[in-house]
Amino acid sequence: MPVVTVGPATVHVDAEGFLTQYDEWNEPLARQLAARIGIELTDEHWKAISFLRADYPAHGETATLRRVSTLAGIPIKQLFVLFPGKPAKKMAYIAGLPKPRGCV
Amino acid sequence: MKRLVILGAGTAGTMVANKLRRRLPMDEWQLTVVDRDDIHLYQPGLLFIPFGTYRPDEVRKPRRRFLRDGIRLELGEIDRIDPVRQTVALDGGRVIGYDYLVVATGTSPRPDQTPGMLGPEWRKSIFDFYSYEGSVALAGALRDFRGGRLVVHIVDQPIKCPVAPLEFTFLAESYFRQRGMRDQVELVYATPLSGAFTKPIASAQLGGMLDERKITVEPDFLVERIDSERKVLVSYDERELGFDLLVTVPLNMGADFIARSGLGDELNYVPVDKQTFRSKEHPAIFAIGDANDIPTSKAGSVAHFSTEIFVDNFCDLVEGRPMTRAFDGHANCFVESGDGKALLIDFNYDTEPLPGEFPIAKLGPLSLLRENARNHWGKLAFRWIYWHLLLPGRRLPLPARMSMAGKHQPDKEN
Repeated sequence: MPVVTVGPATVHVDAEGFLTQYDEWNEPLARQLAARIGIELTDEHWKAISFLRADYPAHGETATLRRVSTLAGIPIKQLFVLFPGKPAKKMAYIAGLPKPRGCV
Repeated sequence: MKRLVILGAGTAGTMVANKLRRRLPMDEWQLTVVDRDDIHLYQPGLLFIPFGTYRPDEVRKPRRRFLRDGIRLELGEIDRIDPVRQTVALDGGRVIGYDYLVVATGTSPRPDQTPGMLGPEWRKSIFDFYSYEGSVALAGALRDFRGGRLVVHIVDQPIKCPVAPLEFTFLAESYFRQRGMRDQVELVYATPLSGAFTKPIASAQLGGMLDERKITVEPDFLVERIDSERKVLVSYDERELGFDLLVTVPLNMGADFIARSGLGDELNYVPVDKQTFRSKEHPAIFAIGDANDIPTSKAGSVAHFSTEIFVDNFCDLVEGRPMTRAFDGHANCFVESGDGKALLIDFNYDTEPLPGEFPIAKLGPLSLLRENARNHWGKLAFRWIYWHLLLPGRRLPLPARMSMAGKHQPDKEN
Protein backbone atom coordinates (compact mmCIF):
# COMPACT_ATOMS: atom_id res chain seq x y z
CA MET A 1 0.00 0.00 0.00
CA PRO A 2 1.40 3.42 -0.94
CA VAL A 3 2.06 6.00 1.75
CA VAL A 4 1.37 9.66 1.02
CA THR A 5 1.73 12.92 2.87
CA VAL A 6 -1.39 15.03 3.35
CA GLY A 7 -0.52 18.31 5.07
CA PRO A 8 1.37 17.37 8.23
CA ALA A 9 0.15 13.74 8.20
CA THR A 10 1.51 10.60 6.58
CA VAL A 11 -1.22 8.10 5.70
CA HIS A 12 -1.75 4.79 3.89
CA VAL A 13 -3.90 4.94 0.77
CA ASP A 14 -5.00 2.65 -2.06
CA ALA A 15 -4.25 3.18 -5.76
CA GLU A 16 -7.05 5.77 -6.04
CA GLY A 17 -6.09 7.69 -2.92
CA PHE A 18 -8.71 6.33 -0.49
CA LEU A 19 -7.37 5.88 3.05
CA THR A 20 -6.89 2.26 4.02
CA GLN A 21 -6.44 2.65 7.81
CA TYR A 22 -9.57 3.74 9.63
CA ASP A 23 -7.60 5.15 12.57
CA GLU A 24 -5.29 7.37 10.52
CA TRP A 25 -8.18 9.77 9.89
CA ASN A 26 -8.90 12.94 11.88
CA GLU A 27 -10.82 16.14 11.28
CA PRO A 28 -7.92 18.34 10.12
CA LEU A 29 -6.99 15.59 7.64
CA ALA A 30 -10.59 15.53 6.35
CA ARG A 31 -10.34 19.28 5.66
CA GLN A 32 -7.13 18.71 3.72
CA LEU A 33 -8.63 15.84 1.70
CA ALA A 34 -11.74 17.91 0.95
CA ALA A 35 -9.61 20.84 -0.23
CA ARG A 36 -7.82 18.50 -2.66
CA ILE A 37 -11.13 17.85 -4.45
CA GLY A 38 -12.27 21.47 -4.23
CA ILE A 39 -14.66 21.22 -1.28
CA GLU A 40 -14.69 23.44 1.77
CA LEU A 41 -16.40 21.59 4.61
CA THR A 42 -19.45 23.27 6.15
CA ASP A 43 -21.62 22.00 9.01
CA GLU A 44 -23.83 20.27 6.45
CA HIS A 45 -20.86 18.43 4.98
CA TRP A 46 -19.79 17.41 8.47
CA LYS A 47 -23.19 15.92 9.20
CA ALA A 48 -22.71 13.49 6.30
CA ILE A 49 -19.04 12.81 7.04
CA SER A 50 -19.71 12.17 10.74
CA PHE A 51 -22.48 9.74 9.85
CA LEU A 52 -20.18 7.81 7.51
CA ARG A 53 -17.44 7.63 10.15
CA ALA A 54 -19.85 6.38 12.83
CA ASP A 55 -21.66 3.95 10.55
CA TYR A 56 -18.61 2.21 9.09
CA PRO A 57 -17.34 0.28 12.14
CA ALA A 58 -20.84 -0.98 12.99
CA HIS A 59 -21.91 -1.77 9.43
CA GLY A 60 -18.60 -3.00 7.99
CA GLU A 61 -19.18 -1.25 4.64
CA THR A 62 -19.05 2.33 3.44
CA ALA A 63 -22.60 3.70 3.49
CA THR A 64 -24.36 4.15 0.15
CA LEU A 65 -26.07 7.41 -0.80
CA ARG A 66 -29.44 5.89 0.01
CA ARG A 67 -28.20 4.80 3.44
CA VAL A 68 -26.86 8.28 4.23
CA SER A 69 -30.06 9.81 2.98
CA THR A 70 -32.36 7.53 4.99
CA LEU A 71 -30.40 7.24 8.23
CA ALA A 72 -28.75 10.68 8.45
CA GLY A 73 -31.78 12.45 6.98
CA ILE A 74 -29.97 14.29 4.17
CA PRO A 75 -31.87 14.12 0.86
CA ILE A 76 -29.90 12.53 -2.01
CA LYS A 77 -30.43 15.70 -4.02
CA GLN A 78 -28.65 17.68 -1.30
CA LEU A 79 -25.74 15.20 -1.26
CA PHE A 80 -25.25 15.93 -4.96
CA VAL A 81 -25.15 19.66 -4.14
CA LEU A 82 -22.67 19.19 -1.27
CA PHE A 83 -20.40 16.71 -3.06
CA PRO A 84 -20.94 17.47 -6.77
CA GLY A 85 -20.59 14.81 -9.47
CA LYS A 86 -19.87 11.60 -7.58
CA PRO A 87 -21.10 12.16 -4.03
CA ALA A 88 -20.71 8.57 -2.78
CA LYS A 89 -17.05 8.45 -3.77
CA LYS A 90 -16.27 11.98 -2.63
CA MET A 91 -17.84 11.44 0.81
CA ALA A 92 -15.90 8.20 1.29
CA TYR A 93 -12.66 9.90 0.21
CA ILE A 94 -13.07 12.73 2.70
CA ALA A 95 -14.25 10.39 5.48
CA GLY A 96 -11.15 8.22 5.05
CA LEU A 97 -13.15 5.10 4.19
CA PRO A 98 -12.90 2.53 1.37
CA LYS A 99 -14.47 3.45 -1.95
CA PRO A 100 -18.10 2.25 -1.81
CA ARG A 101 -18.23 -1.11 -3.52
CA GLY A 102 -21.31 -0.10 -5.54
CA CYS A 103 -22.44 -3.67 -5.22
CA VAL A 104 -21.82 -6.70 -7.23
CA MET B 1 -41.75 -30.63 18.84
CA LYS B 2 -39.33 -27.94 17.75
CA ARG B 3 -40.63 -25.48 15.19
CA LEU B 4 -38.70 -24.17 12.20
CA VAL B 5 -40.54 -21.52 10.19
CA ILE B 6 -39.32 -20.42 6.76
CA LEU B 7 -40.77 -17.23 5.31
CA GLY B 8 -40.86 -17.41 1.53
CA ALA B 9 -41.01 -20.40 -0.83
CA GLY B 10 -38.88 -18.95 -3.61
CA THR B 11 -35.52 -20.32 -4.70
CA ALA B 12 -33.70 -20.11 -1.35
CA GLY B 13 -36.68 -20.94 0.89
CA THR B 14 -37.70 -24.00 -1.12
CA MET B 15 -34.16 -25.39 -1.27
CA VAL B 16 -33.63 -24.92 2.46
CA ALA B 17 -36.99 -26.46 3.35
CA ASN B 18 -36.31 -29.54 1.23
CA LYS B 19 -32.73 -30.01 2.39
CA LEU B 20 -33.59 -29.58 6.06
CA ARG B 21 -36.68 -31.82 5.88
CA ARG B 22 -34.35 -34.65 4.91
CA ARG B 23 -31.93 -33.94 7.74
CA LEU B 24 -34.14 -32.95 10.69
CA PRO B 25 -36.01 -35.90 12.25
CA MET B 26 -39.77 -35.87 11.49
CA ASP B 27 -40.70 -36.71 15.10
CA GLU B 28 -38.64 -33.81 16.52
CA TRP B 29 -39.10 -30.99 14.02
CA GLN B 30 -42.13 -29.35 12.51
CA LEU B 31 -41.34 -27.42 9.31
CA THR B 32 -43.62 -24.64 8.12
CA VAL B 33 -43.16 -22.51 5.01
CA VAL B 34 -45.16 -19.32 4.57
CA ASP B 35 -45.82 -17.60 1.26
CA ARG B 36 -48.42 -15.19 -0.05
CA ASP B 37 -49.45 -17.42 -2.99
CA ASP B 38 -48.93 -20.83 -4.54
CA ILE B 39 -47.12 -19.73 -7.71
CA HIS B 40 -43.40 -20.40 -7.98
CA LEU B 41 -41.83 -18.18 -10.63
CA TYR B 42 -38.69 -19.30 -12.49
CA GLN B 43 -37.15 -15.84 -12.33
CA PRO B 44 -34.23 -16.39 -14.77
CA GLY B 45 -36.89 -17.08 -17.42
CA LEU B 46 -38.33 -13.56 -17.21
CA LEU B 47 -35.42 -12.29 -19.33
CA PHE B 48 -36.48 -14.46 -22.27
CA ILE B 49 -40.23 -13.80 -22.34
CA PRO B 50 -40.00 -10.35 -24.01
CA PHE B 51 -38.13 -11.96 -26.93
CA GLY B 52 -40.50 -14.89 -27.30
CA THR B 53 -37.86 -17.49 -26.33
CA TYR B 54 -40.04 -18.77 -23.47
CA ARG B 55 -43.79 -18.88 -23.27
CA PRO B 56 -45.25 -17.33 -20.14
CA ASP B 57 -46.59 -20.73 -18.94
CA GLU B 58 -43.06 -22.19 -18.94
CA VAL B 59 -41.94 -20.09 -15.96
CA ARG B 60 -44.73 -20.65 -13.42
CA LYS B 61 -45.58 -23.76 -11.41
CA PRO B 62 -47.33 -24.43 -8.09
CA ARG B 63 -45.01 -23.96 -5.10
CA ARG B 64 -46.57 -26.95 -3.32
CA ARG B 65 -45.35 -29.34 -6.00
CA PHE B 66 -41.72 -28.58 -5.05
CA LEU B 67 -42.03 -29.01 -1.30
CA ARG B 68 -41.33 -32.47 0.14
CA ASP B 69 -43.79 -34.40 2.24
CA GLY B 70 -43.67 -33.28 5.84
CA ILE B 71 -43.42 -29.57 5.02
CA ARG B 72 -46.51 -27.52 5.81
CA LEU B 73 -47.25 -24.61 3.44
CA GLU B 74 -49.24 -21.73 4.95
CA LEU B 75 -50.58 -19.20 2.48
CA GLY B 76 -51.07 -15.62 3.64
CA GLU B 77 -49.59 -12.13 3.80
CA ILE B 78 -47.05 -11.67 6.58
CA ASP B 79 -47.89 -8.81 8.89
CA ARG B 80 -44.87 -8.85 11.20
CA ILE B 81 -42.27 -10.81 13.13
CA ASP B 82 -42.07 -10.44 16.89
CA PRO B 83 -38.47 -11.44 17.60
CA VAL B 84 -38.95 -11.30 21.38
CA ARG B 85 -42.00 -13.58 21.57
CA GLN B 86 -40.65 -15.55 18.59
CA THR B 87 -43.85 -15.38 16.59
CA VAL B 88 -44.92 -14.46 13.07
CA ALA B 89 -48.29 -12.77 12.64
CA LEU B 90 -50.16 -13.19 9.37
CA ASP B 91 -52.93 -10.95 8.09
CA GLY B 92 -56.29 -12.08 9.40
CA GLY B 93 -55.02 -12.91 12.89
CA ARG B 94 -53.14 -16.19 12.42
CA VAL B 95 -50.00 -16.38 14.61
CA ILE B 96 -47.21 -18.92 14.13
CA GLY B 97 -44.62 -19.54 16.84
CA TYR B 98 -41.05 -20.55 16.05
CA ASP B 99 -37.89 -21.81 17.71
CA TYR B 100 -35.87 -20.83 14.64
CA LEU B 101 -36.92 -18.50 11.84
CA VAL B 102 -35.47 -18.32 8.33
CA VAL B 103 -36.35 -15.18 6.37
CA ALA B 104 -36.26 -15.94 2.63
CA THR B 105 -38.67 -13.38 1.23
CA GLY B 106 -36.21 -12.04 -1.32
CA THR B 107 -36.16 -8.62 -2.90
CA SER B 108 -38.72 -6.99 -5.19
CA PRO B 109 -38.79 -4.24 -7.79
CA ARG B 110 -40.48 -1.12 -6.39
CA PRO B 111 -41.57 1.23 -9.18
CA ASP B 112 -43.44 3.27 -6.54
CA GLN B 113 -40.09 4.50 -5.16
CA THR B 114 -39.21 6.65 -8.19
CA PRO B 115 -41.49 9.65 -8.71
CA GLY B 116 -43.24 9.52 -12.07
CA MET B 117 -42.51 5.89 -12.84
CA LEU B 118 -46.01 4.64 -12.09
CA GLY B 119 -47.61 7.47 -14.07
CA PRO B 120 -49.73 7.24 -17.23
CA GLU B 121 -46.81 5.80 -19.27
CA TRP B 122 -46.36 2.75 -16.99
CA ARG B 123 -46.60 -0.31 -19.22
CA LYS B 124 -47.29 1.94 -22.21
CA SER B 125 -43.77 3.21 -22.85
CA ILE B 126 -42.22 2.38 -19.43
CA PHE B 127 -41.68 -1.30 -18.60
CA ASP B 128 -39.89 -3.55 -16.14
CA PHE B 129 -39.02 -7.17 -16.88
CA TYR B 130 -38.37 -8.44 -13.33
CA SER B 131 -42.05 -9.14 -12.74
CA TYR B 132 -44.19 -11.67 -14.57
CA GLU B 133 -46.71 -9.04 -15.65
CA GLY B 134 -43.99 -6.61 -16.75
CA SER B 135 -42.11 -9.21 -18.75
CA VAL B 136 -45.27 -10.40 -20.55
CA ALA B 137 -46.34 -6.81 -21.28
CA LEU B 138 -42.88 -5.95 -22.61
CA ALA B 139 -43.09 -8.77 -25.18
CA GLY B 140 -46.00 -6.93 -26.79
CA ALA B 141 -44.24 -3.56 -26.64
CA LEU B 142 -41.09 -4.91 -28.34
CA ARG B 143 -43.17 -6.56 -31.03
CA ASP B 144 -44.95 -3.26 -31.74
CA PHE B 145 -41.85 -1.03 -31.46
CA ARG B 146 -41.33 0.87 -34.72
CA GLY B 147 -37.98 2.46 -33.83
CA GLY B 148 -36.62 5.35 -31.80
CA ARG B 149 -34.59 5.47 -28.61
CA LEU B 150 -34.73 2.47 -26.29
CA VAL B 151 -33.20 3.20 -22.87
CA VAL B 152 -32.31 0.29 -20.58
CA HIS B 153 -32.01 1.73 -17.12
CA ILE B 154 -31.13 0.75 -13.55
CA VAL B 155 -32.42 2.91 -10.69
CA ASP B 156 -29.87 1.88 -8.07
CA GLN B 157 -27.80 -1.02 -6.74
CA PRO B 158 -28.16 -3.61 -5.37
CA ILE B 159 -30.54 -5.36 -7.75
CA LYS B 160 -31.26 -9.03 -8.15
CA CYS B 161 -29.40 -10.69 -10.98
CA PRO B 162 -27.14 -7.66 -11.61
CA VAL B 163 -26.14 -8.89 -15.08
CA ALA B 164 -29.75 -9.18 -16.35
CA PRO B 165 -30.04 -5.55 -17.57
CA LEU B 166 -26.88 -6.08 -19.65
CA GLU B 167 -28.27 -9.34 -20.97
CA PHE B 168 -31.53 -7.63 -21.86
CA THR B 169 -29.57 -4.96 -23.78
CA PHE B 170 -27.53 -7.52 -25.74
CA LEU B 171 -30.64 -9.56 -26.53
CA ALA B 172 -32.56 -6.45 -27.65
CA GLU B 173 -29.70 -5.43 -29.96
CA SER B 174 -29.67 -8.89 -31.51
CA TYR B 175 -33.50 -8.96 -31.71
CA PHE B 176 -33.74 -5.69 -33.64
CA ARG B 177 -30.88 -6.72 -35.94
CA GLN B 178 -32.65 -9.96 -36.77
CA ARG B 179 -35.82 -8.04 -37.51
CA GLY B 180 -33.86 -5.85 -39.92
CA MET B 181 -34.53 -2.63 -37.99
CA ARG B 182 -31.34 -2.17 -35.95
CA ASP B 183 -30.52 1.12 -37.72
CA GLN B 184 -33.88 2.55 -36.62
CA VAL B 185 -33.19 1.89 -32.94
CA GLU B 186 -30.86 3.93 -30.75
CA LEU B 187 -29.82 1.87 -27.74
CA VAL B 188 -28.74 3.54 -24.48
CA TYR B 189 -27.66 1.82 -21.26
CA ALA B 190 -28.11 4.15 -18.26
CA THR B 191 -26.49 2.97 -15.03
CA PRO B 192 -25.70 4.44 -11.60
CA LEU B 193 -22.30 2.69 -11.84
CA SER B 194 -19.26 4.26 -13.48
CA GLY B 195 -19.14 1.49 -16.10
CA ALA B 196 -20.93 -1.58 -17.42
CA PHE B 197 -20.29 -3.66 -14.30
CA THR B 198 -18.78 -3.25 -10.85
CA LYS B 199 -15.66 -5.37 -11.10
CA PRO B 200 -12.86 -3.96 -13.32
CA ILE B 201 -11.99 -6.91 -15.58
CA ALA B 202 -15.62 -7.91 -16.28
CA SER B 203 -16.59 -4.25 -16.64
CA ALA B 204 -13.94 -3.73 -19.33
CA GLN B 205 -15.00 -6.90 -21.18
CA LEU B 206 -18.75 -6.18 -20.99
CA GLY B 207 -18.19 -2.46 -21.73
CA GLY B 208 -16.24 -3.46 -24.85
CA MET B 209 -19.15 -5.64 -25.93
CA LEU B 210 -21.55 -2.67 -25.56
CA ASP B 211 -19.17 -0.52 -27.67
CA GLU B 212 -18.92 -3.15 -30.41
CA ARG B 213 -22.71 -3.20 -30.64
CA LYS B 214 -22.93 0.60 -30.79
CA ILE B 215 -24.80 0.83 -27.50
CA THR B 216 -24.21 4.12 -25.69
CA VAL B 217 -23.46 3.94 -21.97
CA GLU B 218 -24.71 6.77 -19.75
CA PRO B 219 -22.63 6.19 -16.59
CA ASP B 220 -23.07 7.59 -13.05
CA PHE B 221 -26.73 8.23 -13.82
CA LEU B 222 -28.77 8.21 -10.61
CA VAL B 223 -32.40 8.89 -11.48
CA GLU B 224 -34.38 11.33 -9.35
CA ARG B 225 -37.68 11.23 -11.23
CA ILE B 226 -39.32 10.44 -14.52
CA ASP B 227 -41.15 13.14 -16.40
CA SER B 228 -43.63 10.90 -18.18
CA GLU B 229 -45.27 13.73 -20.09
CA ARG B 230 -41.99 14.61 -21.81
CA LYS B 231 -40.74 10.99 -21.66
CA VAL B 232 -37.52 12.00 -19.95
CA LEU B 233 -35.44 10.53 -17.13
CA VAL B 234 -34.07 13.25 -14.83
CA SER B 235 -31.00 12.50 -12.70
CA TYR B 236 -30.08 14.01 -9.32
CA ASP B 237 -27.35 16.02 -11.04
CA GLU B 238 -29.96 17.34 -13.47
CA ARG B 239 -29.03 15.44 -16.59
CA GLU B 240 -31.98 14.58 -18.82
CA LEU B 241 -32.30 11.44 -20.89
CA GLY B 242 -35.21 11.14 -23.32
CA PHE B 243 -36.74 7.81 -24.36
CA ASP B 244 -39.33 6.39 -26.71
CA LEU B 245 -39.28 3.07 -24.88
CA LEU B 246 -37.90 2.73 -21.36
CA VAL B 247 -36.98 -0.65 -19.88
CA THR B 248 -36.19 0.13 -16.28
CA VAL B 249 -35.05 -1.89 -13.29
CA PRO B 250 -36.87 -0.20 -10.40
CA LEU B 251 -35.33 0.18 -6.95
CA ASN B 252 -35.08 -3.25 -5.33
CA MET B 253 -36.20 -3.59 -1.72
CA GLY B 254 -36.79 -6.35 0.78
CA ALA B 255 -40.31 -7.04 2.05
CA ASP B 256 -42.16 -4.30 3.94
CA PHE B 257 -42.98 -6.59 6.89
CA ILE B 258 -39.23 -6.67 7.62
CA ALA B 259 -39.31 -2.89 8.11
CA ARG B 260 -42.53 -3.12 10.19
CA SER B 261 -40.80 -5.69 12.41
CA GLY B 262 -37.78 -3.39 12.93
CA LEU B 263 -35.47 -5.99 11.39
CA GLY B 264 -34.32 -4.23 8.21
CA ASP B 265 -31.70 -1.78 6.99
CA GLU B 266 -32.54 1.22 4.79
CA LEU B 267 -33.66 -1.10 1.97
CA ASN B 268 -35.45 -3.63 4.23
CA TYR B 269 -32.63 -6.18 4.05
CA VAL B 270 -31.86 -8.10 7.24
CA PRO B 271 -28.32 -7.40 8.50
CA VAL B 272 -26.58 -10.76 8.99
CA ASP B 273 -23.16 -12.26 9.52
CA LYS B 274 -21.90 -12.62 5.94
CA GLN B 275 -20.47 -16.11 6.51
CA THR B 276 -23.36 -17.74 8.41
CA PHE B 277 -26.44 -15.56 7.59
CA ARG B 278 -27.37 -15.34 11.27
CA SER B 279 -29.11 -12.10 12.22
CA LYS B 280 -26.71 -9.72 13.94
CA GLU B 281 -29.41 -8.90 16.50
CA HIS B 282 -31.48 -12.04 17.01
CA PRO B 283 -29.69 -15.40 17.24
CA ALA B 284 -32.89 -17.39 16.46
CA ILE B 285 -33.29 -15.61 13.11
CA PHE B 286 -31.41 -16.27 9.88
CA ALA B 287 -31.92 -14.50 6.55
CA ILE B 288 -30.95 -16.24 3.31
CA GLY B 289 -31.07 -15.60 -0.43
CA ASP B 290 -31.83 -12.06 -1.51
CA ALA B 291 -33.41 -11.10 1.83
CA ASN B 292 -30.12 -10.44 3.64
CA ASP B 293 -27.48 -7.73 3.29
CA ILE B 294 -24.41 -9.81 2.38
CA PRO B 295 -22.09 -7.95 -0.01
CA THR B 296 -22.39 -10.23 -3.02
CA SER B 297 -24.78 -10.57 -5.95
CA LYS B 298 -28.46 -11.09 -5.31
CA ALA B 299 -28.63 -14.14 -7.56
CA GLY B 300 -29.97 -17.67 -7.66
CA SER B 301 -26.46 -19.11 -7.70
CA VAL B 302 -25.65 -17.30 -4.46
CA ALA B 303 -28.90 -18.62 -2.95
CA HIS B 304 -27.86 -22.11 -4.05
CA PHE B 305 -24.27 -22.07 -2.78
CA SER B 306 -25.15 -20.28 0.43
CA THR B 307 -27.98 -22.66 1.34
CA GLU B 308 -25.54 -25.58 1.30
CA ILE B 309 -23.39 -23.78 3.85
CA PHE B 310 -26.43 -22.72 5.86
CA VAL B 311 -27.99 -26.18 6.03
CA ASP B 312 -24.78 -27.80 7.33
CA ASN B 313 -24.34 -25.03 9.88
CA PHE B 314 -27.96 -25.19 11.00
CA CYS B 315 -27.77 -28.94 11.63
CA ASP B 316 -24.64 -28.38 13.73
CA LEU B 317 -26.30 -25.56 15.65
CA VAL B 318 -29.45 -27.46 16.64
CA GLU B 319 -27.37 -30.42 17.78
CA GLY B 320 -25.33 -28.15 20.04
CA ARG B 321 -22.16 -28.03 17.95
CA PRO B 322 -20.43 -24.86 16.75
CA MET B 323 -21.22 -23.70 13.18
CA THR B 324 -17.98 -24.35 11.30
CA ARG B 325 -18.77 -23.59 7.66
CA ALA B 326 -18.27 -20.06 6.29
CA PHE B 327 -19.71 -18.72 3.03
CA ASP B 328 -17.13 -17.15 0.69
CA GLY B 329 -19.60 -15.11 -1.40
CA HIS B 330 -19.49 -17.50 -4.36
CA ALA B 331 -21.61 -16.41 -7.36
CA ASN B 332 -21.78 -17.94 -10.83
CA CYS B 333 -23.81 -16.42 -13.65
CA PHE B 334 -24.38 -17.00 -17.32
CA VAL B 335 -24.56 -13.73 -19.25
CA GLU B 336 -26.59 -13.93 -22.47
CA SER B 337 -24.96 -11.86 -25.19
CA GLY B 338 -27.35 -12.35 -28.13
CA ASP B 339 -27.15 -14.44 -31.33
CA GLY B 340 -27.32 -17.69 -29.36
CA LYS B 341 -24.22 -17.01 -27.30
CA ALA B 342 -23.43 -16.35 -23.66
CA LEU B 343 -20.55 -15.72 -21.25
CA LEU B 344 -20.01 -17.29 -17.86
CA ILE B 345 -18.69 -15.43 -14.81
CA ASP B 346 -17.60 -17.01 -11.51
CA PHE B 347 -16.48 -14.97 -8.49
CA ASN B 348 -16.73 -14.44 -4.71
CA TYR B 349 -16.24 -11.84 -1.96
CA ASP B 350 -12.50 -11.59 -2.66
CA THR B 351 -11.98 -12.63 -6.29
CA GLU B 352 -13.52 -10.69 -9.18
CA PRO B 353 -14.75 -12.47 -12.35
CA LEU B 354 -11.64 -13.64 -14.24
CA PRO B 355 -11.12 -15.12 -17.70
CA GLY B 356 -10.20 -18.78 -18.16
CA GLU B 357 -12.14 -22.01 -17.94
CA PHE B 358 -14.72 -23.28 -15.47
CA PRO B 359 -14.39 -27.02 -14.91
CA ILE B 360 -17.56 -29.09 -14.41
CA ALA B 361 -17.24 -32.74 -13.50
CA LYS B 362 -18.34 -35.10 -16.33
CA LEU B 363 -19.56 -32.27 -18.59
CA GLY B 364 -16.22 -30.63 -19.29
CA PRO B 365 -15.17 -26.99 -19.04
CA LEU B 366 -17.17 -23.86 -19.91
CA SER B 367 -15.24 -20.76 -20.89
CA LEU B 368 -15.19 -17.79 -18.53
CA LEU B 369 -15.75 -14.19 -19.67
CA ARG B 370 -15.84 -15.28 -23.32
CA GLU B 371 -18.93 -15.57 -25.52
CA ASN B 372 -19.82 -18.90 -27.05
CA ALA B 373 -22.81 -21.06 -27.92
CA ARG B 374 -21.99 -23.71 -25.30
CA ASN B 375 -22.57 -21.21 -22.49
CA HIS B 376 -25.91 -20.25 -24.05
CA TRP B 377 -27.05 -23.88 -24.12
CA GLY B 378 -25.87 -24.17 -20.53
CA LYS B 379 -28.12 -21.27 -19.59
CA LEU B 380 -31.14 -22.77 -21.35
CA ALA B 381 -30.49 -26.22 -19.82
CA PHE B 382 -30.49 -24.60 -16.42
CA ARG B 383 -34.29 -24.29 -16.44
CA TRP B 384 -34.63 -28.08 -16.35
CA ILE B 385 -31.92 -28.31 -13.68
CA TYR B 386 -33.72 -25.69 -11.62
CA TRP B 387 -37.08 -27.45 -11.48
CA HIS B 388 -35.76 -31.02 -11.23
CA LEU B 389 -32.53 -30.85 -9.25
CA LEU B 390 -32.03 -27.47 -7.60
CA LEU B 391 -35.42 -26.82 -5.98
CA PRO B 392 -35.81 -30.40 -4.70
CA GLY B 393 -32.43 -29.88 -2.98
CA ARG B 394 -30.46 -32.52 -4.88
CA ARG B 395 -26.70 -32.15 -5.16
CA LEU B 396 -25.28 -30.54 -8.31
CA PRO B 397 -21.68 -31.07 -9.45
CA LEU B 398 -20.84 -27.49 -8.47
CA PRO B 399 -18.80 -26.69 -5.36
CA ALA B 400 -20.30 -24.22 -2.87
CA ARG B 401 -16.83 -22.66 -2.48
CA MET B 402 -15.35 -20.84 -5.44
CA SER B 403 -12.30 -22.53 -6.95
CA MET B 404 -9.34 -20.87 -8.68
CA ALA B 405 -8.90 -23.90 -10.97
CA GLY B 406 -8.85 -22.78 -14.62
CA LYS B 407 -8.89 -19.06 -13.84
CA HIS B 408 -6.23 -16.65 -15.15
CA GLN B 409 -5.08 -13.59 -13.24
CA PRO B 410 -4.31 -11.17 -16.10
CA ASP B 411 -1.89 -9.00 -14.13
CA LYS B 412 0.10 -12.01 -12.96
CA GLU B 413 0.60 -13.16 -16.53
CA ASN B 414 2.16 -9.90 -17.68
